[in-house]
This record gives sequence, C-alpha cells and structure tokens, in this order.
Amino acid sequence: MSLGYIVKSFTLWEFVKAHWLTLKYFFKPKATINYPFEKNPLSPRFRGEHALRRYPNGEERCIACKLCEAVCPAQAITIEAEPRDDGSRRTTRYDIDMTKCIYCGFCQEACPVDAIVEGPNFEFATETREELIYDKSKLLANGDRWESAIAQNLAADAPYR
Amino acid sequence: MTAFFESFGLPFEWAWFVSMVIGCLVIALPLMLAVAMIIYADRKIWAAMALRRGPNVVGPFGLLQSFADGAKVFLQETIIPSAANKGLFLLAPIITFTIALVVWAVIPFAPGVVLADINVGLLYILAASSIGVYGVIIAGWASNSKYPFYSALRAAAQMVSYEVSIGFVLISVVLWAGSFNMSAIVEAQRAHVFEFVNGFGFNPLLFPMAVVFLISAMAETARAPFDLTEAESELVAGYQTEYSSMAFALYWLGEYANVILMCGLNAILFWGGWLPPVDWAPLYMIPGIVWFFAKLMFFFFVFSWVKATVPRYRYDQLMRLGWKIFLPLSLFWVFLVSGYLMLTRYS
Repeated sequence: MSLGYIVKSFTLWEFVKAHWLTLKYFFKPKATINYPFEKNPLSPRFRGEHALRRYPNGEERCIACKLCEAVCPAQAITIEAEPRDDGSRRTTRYDIDMTKCIYCGFCQEACPVDAIVEGPNFEFATETREELIYDKSKLLANGDRWESAIAQNLAADAPYR
Repeated sequence: MTAFFESFGLPFEWAWFVSMVIGCLVIALPLMLAVAMIIYADRKIWAAMALRRGPNVVGPFGLLQSFADGAKVFLQETIIPSAANKGLFLLAPIITFTIALVVWAVIPFAPGVVLADINVGLLYILAASSIGVYGVIIAGWASNSKYPFYSALRAAAQMVSYEVSIGFVLISVVLWAGSFNMSAIVEAQRAHVFEFVNGFGFNPLLFPMAVVFLISAMAETARAPFDLTEAESELVAGYQTEYSSMAFALYWLGEYANVILMCGLNAILFWGGWLPPVDWAPLYMIPGIVWFFAKLMFFFFVFSWVKATVPRYRYDQLMRLGWKIFLPLSLFWVFLVSGYLMLTRYS
C-alpha cells in the first residue's frame, strides 16, 4: 500500500474525477430526441406494421398463393381462399396475429406480387390484445393509408434487391 | 402568533394550539410541494448527466410531472397481499411518512423561524430519524414476502451502522458549537474561520467530518450509491415491492422529505445554515431563508450528482465503509476535535 494510494483514497480522488466527468456531461447537448414531437429518420427497409397493397386501379394485389403463410416462422399468418365470381383467385380471410409476429420481413420477401409489405409505421400500440389480431380489412386499410410511403420505400430499395 | 390569536379572546392554551397547527401546516404543505418539485429536479439532473432529456411533456418543461404521477398513483387500487399482516402493512408507510415530516419541526429556516426551538434539537433529529427505520422494517416483515424481508434486514443494518458514525460526527460539531440547539449551532458558525468565513465546513479540522456526514447522510437515506434496500437488480423494489397506490406514494414522499432534510442538515451543521458564506455586511441584505434554501438546493444537486455518477455499493463494501472506515475515523476525529478545543478554548 503505497503513500500515493493512501492519499488518493483519503481524498476520494477517483470520486472527484468521476464527478468532474459527469458534471461535464451535465452541460453537454442531449443525445436523445424529443420523441413524440420529433422522430429519427427511418431506413426504406424499416419493417414496421403490415399492410396489404392494391393496384392503382383499386384491385387488391394478393392472389392467395399462401407463400407468406408458409414462410412465416412465427406462424402468425392465416389465409383462406376461394375463386371470386369473376374467376380470379382471392383471399376470403387474411389474418395476421401481430402479437405473434416477429417482424422478420420474410412475408414481404416471399410475396411474388408485392402485396403484403411491412410499412414504415411503428406506432400502432393498442390497449387490448384483441386489437392486435389484424384481419384483411384492417390490413387493406393500412395499405390505403400508407401506400405513398410504402411505394416510395419500395422504389428506394428496389436497386438493391 | 399566539398573542395574535389571544387578541381574539381565545384562552392562551387554544391560541397556542391554533398557532401551532398553523405553524405545522406552513411547514408541511410547502414541504410536500417541495418534495414534488425535488423529485422532478432529481429526474432532470439524473437525465442530464446521462445525456437524456428527462420529463418534459407534462406542463412547461415537464414541471407538472410529479403531480401527474401523484394523480396516477392516487387513482390506483391499494393492493394488500392476502398473506400480509394488514394492520402493520398499512401502518408502515404512515410511520415513514410521519417521521419524515416530524423531524422538520426543529429545522431553523431563518433566525427565529423554527416551529420548536428546543434545546436538544439535534438529539431530537437523531431520535426521530432512528424511528424512521421502523417504517422500513415493519414494511418488510408485514409484506410476508421474501424480497421485502431481505430488504428490511439490509435497511436495519445499514441505517443503524451509519447512524453510529453520524452520531460521532455530530458530537464533534456539538463540541465546537457548545449546544444541541439547531439555531445556536448556526449562530456558532458566524465568523468561524479567520473571523470572516461562516460555516464549520470551512474549518480544515471539521471539513473531513463534513464529507463523512455527507456520505453517511446518503447511506442513511438509502440513496444511490447506497440504495441496497431497494436494489432492483437483486430485490425487485426492496421493501416497497408489495406496495401500490397511496401506500407507495407515502414511501416516495417520505423518502424524498428525508433526503431534503439531510440536505438541510448538511447546510445547517457545516455550512452555516441561514448565514451567508462570508461575514460581510452586504450579503446580509439577502434574507436568511434564501441562503438556507440555496445551500439546501446545492446539496440536493450533490445528492443527485452522486446518484448519477457512482454505481451501487456491494453490501459488504457498504458495511466495511461504515464500520471499518467511518466509525474509526469519526471516533478519532471526536478525540482530535475535543483535544484541540481543550488546548485552545478550555485551558
């Protein structure tokens, strides 16, 4: 136990140094953003809330191939399908259990017609669990709501696919 | 004030009673408000040192955050565990809260502005803050749950250990001041060093004791880095684990009232209370209460600062610091101070 050690421990030198450091940090600009009022930029690849897209003429894209249902590692997607009156194959039921979903993005990658996508929205917290079990109408509504942002993101990401 | 109420024709006893009740309210209500604001300040300081923003949404700059939290807690259900001892379970937070308020009776805010100017004010504070431990111990026992119980055992050992060294620190102050009366202790610090600087803390012989007292005060109020009693990584929330709603809020308020009290004691015992830092006439233009609160706020900043800087002590380190370092050191200092006083003042 050297003299230096004794002097250091009795003057609480390490504590003085540590407090000087935190005092400097006290006056530094904040690292966090003012979240609900300002938000960080998101990558075009950001995987948020799901949406079912439509073609510009209003026809829904999904052809009920069930590739997303098959690839989903969390088995969160449930699809039932039958031919529509005009003979085209469409879904009668398209449910995603958002409480099961792990937001891996495999459904979006599997989709041959870019119907199911994960949009840029991440603020879809609800007060009940039931509200997080999305059905087809909810997903289509999401698609209509976020279409412009989703189309922009898909276009930005297309060169790297 | 007693005379004022007597002038309305009240008998002396009643006039005294009414003026005392008003005196209590004048201290307790602003204290509650101060606790709310100080919780906010604590969170803001802590956040700033972690490069965060802290509460900033409720009210201007988030100033109303504590009141929003209070309203939330007030509206919650008070859950009493079925295995708990119901009476004691509800009594414990009341004890903590009451004791935290009761101690303020002897704190002098300015010359003559003190509810009970009793001769043994310092002993009263020591006694009352010792009773405060019961709130924690009873809570831990009455919860009938293992983590609160561990926490209560820790709290008992921790608060008792640090009260010992606080006791010796206070003895060296009392030796120098020659009184247990809080106002007399403050007055004894007037022109203490070089006939000019106010405050025992500026005396090189007493400064180490001021530091020991500051650290012991943190341990005594179970604040970080000595918050072993509610170490969330080990004990969930310590003795508060089973508490909810107002019972929890009473602990919260009592804890912070104790923290402000300890900051006030630091200011009064070592840094001159309501006196300005130096004995220079223009500084006395500023009212004493402003000096007192300025010092109190400074020490609260130090408390928050330490909380933001130092990681939690291990339990054995806490005990070693209390018993093997602070106790011998403060005991030796009592010896040193009394020896110095014998040589200079009483020979």
